[in-house]
Amino acid sequence: MSQSQSQGAPRTPPAAFDELGQGAEIRAAYAAVAAWLERTPPSELEAKRAEAELLFRRVGITFAVYGEGGDPERLIPFDIIPRVLARSEWDRLSAGLSQRVRALNAFLADAYGKQEILKAGVIPASLVTGNEQFRPEMQGFQPPGGVYTHIAGIDLVRTGPDQFYVLEDNARTPSGVSYMLENREAMLRLFPRLLARHRLAPVNRYPEDLLTTLKAAAPDRAGPNPTVVILTPGAFNSAYYEHCFLADEMGVEVVEGADLFVDENVVFMRTTAGPRRVDVIYRRIDDDYLDPRAFRPDSMLGVPGLMAAYRAGNVALCNAPGCGIADDKAIYPFVPQMIRFYLGEDPKLANVPTYLCERDADRAYVLDNLDQLVVKLAQGSGGYGMMIGPHATAAERAEFAARIKARPADYIAQPTLALSTVPTLCANGVAPRHVDLRPFVLSTKDEVRIVPGGLTRVALREGSLVVNSSQGGGTKDTWVLDTDPQDGAVAC
Amino acid sequence: MLSRSADSLFWLGRYTERAANVARGLSVALRMAGLSAQLGAEGDEWRSLLIATGCEPAFFAKHEEASQENVVDFLVRDPDNPTGIISCFAAARHNARSVRTALTVDMWGALNDSWNALRHAEFQGERLPGFLEWVRERVLLFNGAAQDTMLRGEPWLFVQLGTALERADNTARLLDVKHHLLAPAQQATVEYAQWQAILQSVSALRAYHWVYKDRLEPAKIAELLILRPELPRSLTACHGRVLEVLDRIAAGQAGRRGECHRMAGELHARLRYGRIEEILSAGLHEYLTDMIMRTAELGNEIEAFYIRA
Repeated sequence: MSQSQSQGAPRTPPAAFDELGQGAEIRAAYAAVAAWLERTPPSELEAKRAEAELLFRRVGITFAVYGEGGDPERLIPFDIIPRVLARSEWDRLSAGLSQRVRALNAFLADAYGKQEILKAGVIPASLVTGNEQFRPEMQGFQPPGGVYTHIAGIDLVRTGPDQFYVLEDNARTPSGVSYMLENREAMLRLFPRLLARHRLAPVNRYPEDLLTTLKAAAPDRAGPNPTVVILTPGAFNSAYYEHCFLADEMGVEVVEGADLFVDENVVFMRTTAGPRRVDVIYRRIDDDYLDPRAFRPDSMLGVPGLMAAYRAGNVALCNAPGCGIADDKAIYPFVPQMIRFYLGEDPKLANVPTYLCERDADRAYVLDNLDQLVVKLAQGSGGYGMMIGPHATAAERAEFAARIKARPADYIAQPTLALSTVPTLCANGVAPRHVDLRPFVLSTKDEVRIVPGGLTRVALREGSLVVNSSQGGGTKDTWVLDTDPQDGAVAC
Repeated sequence: MLSRSADSLFWLGRYTERAANVARGLSVALRMAGLSAQLGAEGDEWRSLLIATGCEPAFFAKHEEASQENVVDFLVRDPDNPTGIISCFAAARHNARSVRTALTVDMWGALNDSWNALRHAEFQGERLPGFLEWVRERVLLFNGAAQDTMLRGEPWLFVQLGTALERADNTARLLDVKHHLLAPAQQATVEYAQWQAILQSVSALRAYHWVYKDRLEPAKIAELLILRPELPRSLTACHGRVLEVLDRIAAGQAGRRGECHRMAGELHARLRYGRIEEILSAGLHEYLTDMIMRTAELGNEIEAFYIRA
């Protein structure tokens, strides 16, 4: 997993907003959790933590890190203390997420179609058509239903009671949703009584929603029961567990490139009973590797002829190729304008102010304020290639200044945010740690579906603002309190 | 089912079975080596085991002497030996991982827990008998988990196919490496112990007594392990299972059949209607060599029809 990074609080205050509450003032959503923490002895929490680890290792929920030595199959640390959102908080987020993803899909259709937003001068054309994520192969072609990013992961951070920001959009192949589901399963097993004291919005309908979304993307000729598959790079991919997990939950095959072939622009999978036609491919491999005939010729992961079959309308690809222009960090600053341009609405979720180093004025500001800013690669992910100014040494800042001057278009910068904290079980007991949130947004032609909550990632090191799993981050179960009374409903 | 999944399930069945068979072989060799020493005989148990497992050339490329310690290390731990117990578990787990969705949680748990424990297992010296027993138990647990929890669809059938084929191959190899002991007129004490060991290695010593109600005789041992359908590890039983499974896969695919079905039918018929007197008079070694070759060909044909088509 890990496509983005959160960053934030400078070494000295402004103190981060703690979601549990400050001092004696416990926020309402956390009342029961705070009481539970109060009465549970540290030894019992520690025992539960160990039990959780055993549980995750037994189920085999690991992610793979290769080439760093040590055990390549690692567990992402799971923190047993939940992160809690009130229903009202979630409803606001949900409306903002839905709005944002609708705008991103409209932008993608426009960017590969009439390019009206470029003609109107809202986004500089060079940032789109000159972007290395722009796929000319997608021009003049409409995917079924006009949806490009069927599955999006939007990374949110919080700095105050009502201050949420979108840190990053993930419109290509966002991962982590299996952790959202498994974390809830683990909590149900570890703390049945604590969960029974809450009325939580369930998350377990995600696989069903995903299958509905994928089926809706099928070409018309496929009929009501299209054949859906998940295309994985294989067992060595860091998210392989998730690919299998989702396939299992949806009852579809997880295939590798070599399991598929294209004959006369129709995609088939090789089965023990002979070739079987495929209608929808939920692909978890990057554009570059999809089809050696269309993209990287050296790709062993893809399917030769897949793009031609796609363009012939014989198979759906979810997400569509070319979504990278919508979540590019250089495009990100323009998403609020997109929302106004396509939807005629004011953005419900704020962006973090972002400086594009290729612009002269922005670059001058960034170079003058490196000790205040977070600098990121426009194309980077996973928390690699970034610098958190307030935490960096003078030498590191000088190095980044030189890099920015050499290749300004590769870098963006943002103010360092004081990310909110949530109580977390650490080596010396319970302590606040910085978190972010990745909800998963599913889009069809007619509807946007979001399972309440998402994946909360937590920076386990004290003071750290980097939540990526590859950088020592962990995860938490995310609770959305469902206060709407339901007859006879069981709190779950 | 995806051809690649069938491939993984087939080899999952083969590798788990192979791990247990290597453990069985090591147990018997250990017992025989001890026995030979007591009787003052020149034992070549470790070398026989290397031949039976098909590891002899690879072993002697690395080691001078087929000592207990060397052979045990090679057949348990050595990552360069694909037939080693740890290698088999690693390969089984790799195959299981790539068809994770076709397995039940119990099957995966049995395999994954074994794997996690194996990485820290101690198996030399005094610990060896307990370790080998543990390996057999883990495979029994895996087979039991499959038997008790797996949906009876194609995935199940391909695991069964792999297990049965591997088992047939193992029984044939095991007998072949000891074929000289089953030639008529072998009666010395050492040989009697060897006969017991052969039967024990396929968990069939008690079965022998139940079936024949008589003292051990080479011809009957050969008959039990080759021709008797009621012994689950006999060649007849294993190839009967292979044929049955292939027929069921074909039935699930509207009768689609290929060369592997014909070959499995022929092989099973030869065993089913075979007579031990004829086999022995024509030469046990020749017969078993032919069986091992045909079993390998059948495996190739199964892969050609269902997996690499």
